[in-house]
Amino acid sequence: MSTSAVIDIQHVNKQFKVKNEVLPVLEDLTLTIQPGEFLAIVGASGCGKSTLLRLLVGLDREYQGEIKIGGSVVTGTSLDRGIVFQEHRLFPWLTLEQNVGLGLQNSTWSEDKKKKAVKDHIELVGLTGFESAFPHQLSGGMAQRAAIARGLVNQPNILLLDEPFGALDALTRTRLQQELQNIWQREKITMVLVTHDVDEAVFLGDRVIVMQPRPGRIKKTFTVDVPHPRDRSNPALKVLTDEVRAQILEGSGHN
Amino acid sequence: MSQADSAASSAAPIQVPAWLRGWLVPLALVAIWDLLTRFKLVNPLLLARPSAVLASFKEQLAHGDLLPQLAASLERDLAGFAIGALAGLALGSVMGLSRLADRLVGPTFHAAKQVAIFAWIPLISVWFGIGEPAKVVFIALSAFYPVVVNTFEGIRSVGREHIEVARVFRFTPLQVFRKVVLPGALPSIFAGLHLGLIYSWLGTLGAEYLLAAGPGIGNLMIEGRESFQMAKVLLGVLIAGGVGYGLNALATKLEANLLRWRVRSA
Repeated sequence: MSTSAVIDIQHVNKQFKVKNEVLPVLEDLTLTIQPGEFLAIVGASGCGKSTLLRLLVGLDREYQGEIKIGGSVVTGTSLDRGIVFQEHRLFPWLTLEQNVGLGLQNSTWSEDKKKKAVKDHIELVGLTGFESAFPHQLSGGMAQRAAIARGLVNQPNILLLDEPFGALDALTRTRLQQELQNIWQREKITMVLVTHDVDEAVFLGDRVIVMQPRPGRIKKTFTVDVPHPRDRSNPALKVLTDEVRAQILEGSGHN
Repeated sequence: MSQADSAASSAAPIQVPAWLRGWLVPLALVAIWDLLTRFKLVNPLLLARPSAVLASFKEQLAHGDLLPQLAASLERDLAGFAIGALAGLALGSVMGLSRLADRLVGPTFHAAKQVAIFAWIPLISVWFGIGEPAKVVFIALSAFYPVVVNTFEGIRSVGREHIEVARVFRFTPLQVFRKVVLPGALPSIFAGLHLGLIYSWLGTLGAEYLLAAGPGIGNLMIEGRESFQMAKVLLGVLIAGGVGYGLNALATKLEANLLRWRVRSA
């Protein structure tokens, strides 16, 4: 599954225009993400981390600088890159099974292979038995699992996660973080997780990038040298979590 | 006296079965109607008795041409509805999908919408006469407006978040329309069609009454009025109401079936 799709972000700048004012969102962002890496990006709101994901997935193409994936410049969305948004964004008129199947709408696979992929991914996120449920019949956690299955179903090389567990309760969030770790280990794909939850970032990331806001830029990069699967109570993670948190709070007016 | 009555009725709550509840008010109205006419509290020439209306119904059914009249009304109702709804779906979709079309056609449409539907009758009768085509045009116009408005609003309300999901999966514009925009707009489109169906039945009676030529329930009522048979007029009113009620119930049922995915609030 794993291919050599390095994500190479070179001197990326991005602005929003609000009325006649130009608001810088990302400033001179340079970053390389290795294939199969789990990269976590943390930062206060407004630091441009979600914007960066939108650039990576190809939904937003207005920026300066260069983003290359596997050597070629990103010019739009691609079936090689999946994304899970903060809201599940399931289509309310489709069943869970049909929602997961959306990811295979334009796949060249045979019908049998598509069917199997949908079934396997529903199983992967632990939703077997709910295939014909409509989104409004699912809990928040179940809907978010379905969104993860939809993001993975066409076996992308890269999965981008935009605060995927931000709207869930603490217990569900902890459980899904665990599951995401398992999935990442099994699928061996690149995952880029944007979050404001420091524990989540350190628990899951091989590297944790702290971004600072206005304009968004990289403040510091941490390497989490703890092998997966990780144990939450590992003291090394605790120490690092504190360091990362201190980095975020420093200079943000909380200190 | 009246206080004693209301106290007595509230002191003895009667459990009414659910299916009967909707019938309570109509039955009470018929009872009052019957009492008013039975004891000649109103002139029976102006308000026929319920039994007379029933007799008229039986007679029309047996010897008159009630069924052909009803069939004629329903036929032109559905023809007008089909034409108006299709045209409405087309214009509403174009306006919903294209900002340019909305800017070009929107102001004219919204201005035309302000013209009371019956104000078109003089024009329609000049252009199309008072025969079948004129009636169908009028009914189509009745259905047209609500369908345009609701189709337009339904398409505009489709969330950007769902369009983005489709873009991530590289949907073609046609796929985006068929798999995202259309299903997302469907509840609103159905609401428009539902309104259109009701308005076109109202329009049918209006057309038959104002463009008076040919068979129909409106014609039945005109006959009744001209021969001063109040029972026949009232029969027409009851049939018009009954058919409208039936069409509404049918549309509600279809909607509920086709939009099963929606969250039930009740």
